[in-house]
Amino acid sequence: MRFDLPSPDNDTQEFWDGARDHRLLIQRCGACGDAFFYPRPFCPKCWSEDVTTEEASGDAILYTWSVVHVNDLPPFHERVPYVAAIVDLVDGPRMMTNVVDCEHDDLAVGMALRVSYRELTPEVTVPVFVPA
Amino acid sequence: MSEATDLIGERRAVISGVGQSDIGRRLFRDPLELTIDACLAAIEDAGLTTADIDGLSTYPGATGPNGFSGGGITDVHDALRLNVNWFTGGLEYPGQLGAVINACLAVSAGLCKHVLVWRSVYEGSAQGSGGRAAVMPGGGSTTTSFKASGFMQWLLPFSAPSAATWIAMYAQRHFHEYGTTREQLGQIAVNSRKNAALNPKGIYRDPMSLDDYLAARMISTPLCLYDCDVPCDGGTAVIVSRVDTIPDLRKPPIKVEAVAAATHGRPSWDQYDDLASMPAQDAGKELWKRTDLKPSDVDCAQMYDGFSFITVAWLEGMGFCKKGEAGPFLEGGQRIALDGELPLNTNGGQLSSGRLHGFGFIHEACVQLWGEGGDRQVPNNPEVAVACSGGGPMASTLLLTQGR
Repeated sequence: MRFDLPSPDNDTQEFWDGARDHRLLIQRCGACGDAFFYPRPFCPKCWSEDVTTEEASGDAILYTWSVVHVNDLPPFHERVPYVAAIVDLVDGPRMMTNVVDCEHDDLAVGMALRVSYRELTPEVTVPVFVPA
Repeated sequence: MSEATDLIGERRAVISGVGQSDIGRRLFRDPLELTIDACLAAIEDAGLTTADIDGLSTYPGATGPNGFSGGGITDVHDALRLNVNWFTGGLEYPGQLGAVINACLAVSAGLCKHVLVWRSVYEGSAQGSGGRAAVMPGGGSTTTSFKASGFMQWLLPFSAPSAATWIAMYAQRHFHEYGTTREQLGQIAVNSRKNAALNPKGIYRDPMSLDDYLAARMISTPLCLYDCDVPCDGGTAVIVSRVDTIPDLRKPPIKVEAVAAATHGRPSWDQYDDLASMPAQDAGKELWKRTDLKPSDVDCAQMYDGFSFITVAWLEGMGFCKKGEAGPFLEGGQRIALDGELPLNTNGGQLSSGRLHGFGFIHEACVQLWGEGGDRQVPNNPEVAVACSGGGPMASTLLLTQGR
């Protein structure tokens, strides 16, 4: 039993396929130019269906974080302490993620981050972030 | 006030009675029985009988994981053998007290006269010794598979499965933006523990100092154990009545001065722009447009504390202090004490008196306005109270006044 695996759907399969190939995918509207997340088949700003998927730059700024010390759900209980984070991609969208390979004392709102990847299973890889 | 008075329909609603079942960490009683205990107590408190109840409203209805709901609309309708003219129950509400607001709107619209509104939980018993996995969808099993779908696929694979972690990140951002400290945040937990000691139904009633708080183990920084509420078993019910039924009631009812349930911006645990403030600020702003009363008129505040930081957002969002200034407001704890300028969570809140999930706050607001608080009664005859529920993307609030 584990609680960390996603169940991709038609709108999100591309994102998870990209992550497995170490590509962080976001979407952009061809009509208004807005970049958005989570993935969907139309632009949430102007509702155009002229939506293309593109690879994000991979650069992000740390919006906030928390060092998780307790979580009794598998497999998170085996990972504590770890860093949950919300980051703002320089491309625009915000996402929940983890910061890895960073001393907890070095974490700071506004710090520059760079995407990295962590394999959960042969099928599922998640984008995480490291100090830039 | 910016709304024309005749558009403030909630003023045709009053709260005529409240009721609560036994409350406990783990009662191992039938959940629907707890629900019915609370409902019958509220009906009796109003001076009504089941024959008078012609409307039903609840959150979240008969849904959710094990322990999350002690009875939906159909369960209570049938168990009490009611004849109802209107009912609603659901999960997509602006916080748990959205169910009370719906009831206010139903009586205001003339659809019914007396709405029974409830929320009951049995998360304590449901968790048993199995921890949180026991109450997750697909949980409690070692063989069932679980896959995060919908918005949860953007949280669980990133090891952020818990509201404790989401709210902790909001708190961290607030600490960064405004210089808020753990010592300041801790006053919410310490204050709740003091109040729970005076509440016969409190769960954690032993004294707790700020030093005890600061020494507690971290759950998800900057939140420690005492920043997290406690799962429990229990039901809470309120009766919302139409204002023209006041002569039929046992006691002067609580008047509904204004309600609000706003979320401006993305309705999301991670995509809302200003996560350090949450939509509590939107609901608060809308509430004060519907009344001539001001935050300084409020004599006690009962505000959601599933995690202590949510109360910080409500303190600021409701205008009891300026945005970003909840830390200094809480410093030392005097302002929020029972004899302070804004007595807060006077029953012990969910932190010390159990996660009754929003409804404990409206129950306590009414108890205080009726002067029925016993040892924890706010002094000097409080006349105005607020009840606020919800955290993250959900926010609902009611401004209540003495009816006599």
